[in-house]
Amino acid sequence: MATAHTKTLSRIMNLPSIILLFIWMIVPLGMTIYYSFQRYNLLTPQRRGFNGWFNYEFFITDPAFFEAIGNTLLLVSGVLAITIIGGVLLGILLNQAIVGRGIVRILFISPFFIMPTVSALIWKNMLMNPIYGIFAHIAEFFGADPVDFFAVIPLLSIIIIVAWQWLPFATLILLTAMQSLDQEQQEAADMDGASTLAKFYYITLPHLARAITVVILIETIFLLSIFAEILVTTNGGPGTASTNLTYMVYNRALLQYDIGGASAGGIIAVILANIVAIFLIRAVGKNLEA
Amino acid sequence: MGNIVLEKVHKCFGDVEVIPSVDLDIKDGEFVVFVGPSGCGKSTLLRLIAGLEDLTGGKIIIDGVDVSDSTPAKRELAMVFQSYALYPHMTVRKNIAFPLKMAGMPQDEIDKKVMAAAESLNLTDYLERTPGLLSGGQRQRVAIGRAIVRSPSAFLFDEPLSNLDAALRVNMRIEITDLHKELKTTMIYVTHDQVEAMTMADRIVVLQAGDVEQFGTPLDLYNKPVNRFVAGFIGSPKMNFVKGKDADEFDAHEIGFRPEHMSVSTTKGRWKGVVSVAEHLGADTFLHVKTDEVGTLVTRSDGEINVNYGDTVYVSPNTDKIYRFGADGLAL
Ligand SMILES: Nc1ncnc2c1ncn2[C@@H]1O[C@H](COP(=O)(O)OP(=O)(O)OP(=O)(O)O)[C@@H](O)[C@H]1O
Ligand SMILES: [Mg+2]
Repeated sequence: MATAHTKTLSRIMNLPSIILLFIWMIVPLGMTIYYSFQRYNLLTPQRRGFNGWFNYEFFITDPAFFEAIGNTLLLVSGVLAITIIGGVLLGILLNQAIVGRGIVRILFISPFFIMPTVSALIWKNMLMNPIYGIFAHIAEFFGADPVDFFAVIPLLSIIIIVAWQWLPFATLILLTAMQSLDQEQQEAADMDGASTLAKFYYITLPHLARAITVVILIETIFLLSIFAEILVTTNGGPGTASTNLTYMVYNRALLQYDIGGASAGGIIAVILANIVAIFLIRAVGKNLEA
Repeated sequence: MGNIVLEKVHKCFGDVEVIPSVDLDIKDGEFVVFVGPSGCGKSTLLRLIAGLEDLTGGKIIIDGVDVSDSTPAKRELAMVFQSYALYPHMTVRKNIAFPLKMAGMPQDEIDKKVMAAAESLNLTDYLERTPGLLSGGQRQRVAIGRAIVRSPSAFLFDEPLSNLDAALRVNMRIEITDLHKELKTTMIYVTHDQVEAMTMADRIVVLQAGDVEQFGTPLDLYNKPVNRFVAGFIGSPKMNFVKGKDADEFDAHEIGFRPEHMSVSTTKGRWKGVVSVAEHLGADTFLHVKTDEVGTLVTRSDGEINVNYGDTVYVSPNTDKIYRFGADGLAL
């Protein structure tokens, strides 16, 4: 019973955790905002002081900045497209009654447990290496020229690696949703003369809308800050062809020792993430209601 | 047209034989009800007819065409499921229109048919709602609407009213009966409920463990049950059965008499007993009488009789309404 008394009581009981979470969030954010307005380079730490909007101006007018934003969005949308389309198709496959389904499912989920650095290194050295990678061997077997993935299509290569890592997550969520699809609805559609494709489009897909929304929202949060895969494969290059915002901030702070500039970049990344979040919630959030 | 013939229909799930062998001939326009105890294979038989399960053996013939291997859609039957199985993301209008859309009918014709169905089922005010926002009875009507729009050759119902409350059930029962009178289409209806079976059916199929025990009109089943199982299954409260010397007297292994064919007296009668349960319903009185000789007997008397728990009474069967059974359970 939600009486006035229990409500006040529950608010008081909630207070400590809310305060803790708030501090947890606000202190780093406040410090980042503070540094973003400071002139603070680790190479010249004595020249500190208020810097106005200079750090922001400097970060934004960097020619790499818009490319980094573009790369960030491409990376997010590319991985989302692959994981969701692939996840739906694999979910349908894994939802069939096949022999050893349990084992297949576990095998299938395992890429998700591999550390990003490890998987990126495996992709880089064992699969995509232009000289001794498996893809190069396959290409040679068919008489084609091996592709130097990270030199020619650096961003796409990273998208493929990250998509490989996230595909199991998407598949797992979508498979679970498919399993909750009402059998009688499918049978009713059979009686109504719906083809397999029509059943997928009119019944399965709407049923999956909520799960797809969850996948999009969760993946976006993580994909906006992809870092390890870029660090161990391309280092953001060639040039800035595979630099996303996270990597650009890292570059500022730890390669150029510019704490002020990196903080400004961090705040810009937060703002960008919020803009993306607003659009996403607008676009797909209604699926989560009711 | 909707003449449905089952020939030696046989169904196993793995090693489990659910339907040994069923032969049925359902005439065009008939309202046939399947009844039987839980797990006897009513739903399975219906789903076999619908094409939702594959036959293990035998044939299903609809209007002279062997459809044993046809897909559900090809059989042109419509089914109403117990859970209604409405499409939750579609509005009522789209739900009802779905089979027509799948059949590739032009949109203006679809609209016309949907409106006609919605009007006959009182659904016009709800066309733009999704099923989640409807009451149980309304959902039921949408499911029926979805079934009638494409003018199937027969309707299949699997316990369609079991999720509704008692009052609504009575209403829907009448609506479905009216619908049958209006459409004159074959209907096959599965139910647990005796009253539904007796009131709606032209003919009733009584099933037990996948076998057809009897196929006949409701009053046939009531008056001339072919065996002890049908006699005990049809009628509520259940028929009383007595063996031993009382049965010998009638030259039978066992005799049965219905509760409504018994008389109760406080002074004299065939068996003496003590009332263990007395149900006074106003219009009827049900008594459970514990006798020393033949166990507990149930009686049903018209109106109110002034007998209560613990009273001693005498009960006697109406001798010209006695059913006689042989040792094999068949009626004599
Ligand atoms: N897919 C299946 N696999 C194995 N056995 C099944 C399957 N479907 C049904 N059965 C079995 O077949 C028998 C008949 O089931 P069915 O659903 O036809 O019974 P029913 O008469 O409809 O019962 P109820 O009145 O409880 O709905 C049951 O013993 C059931 O366990
Ligand atoms: Mg059933």
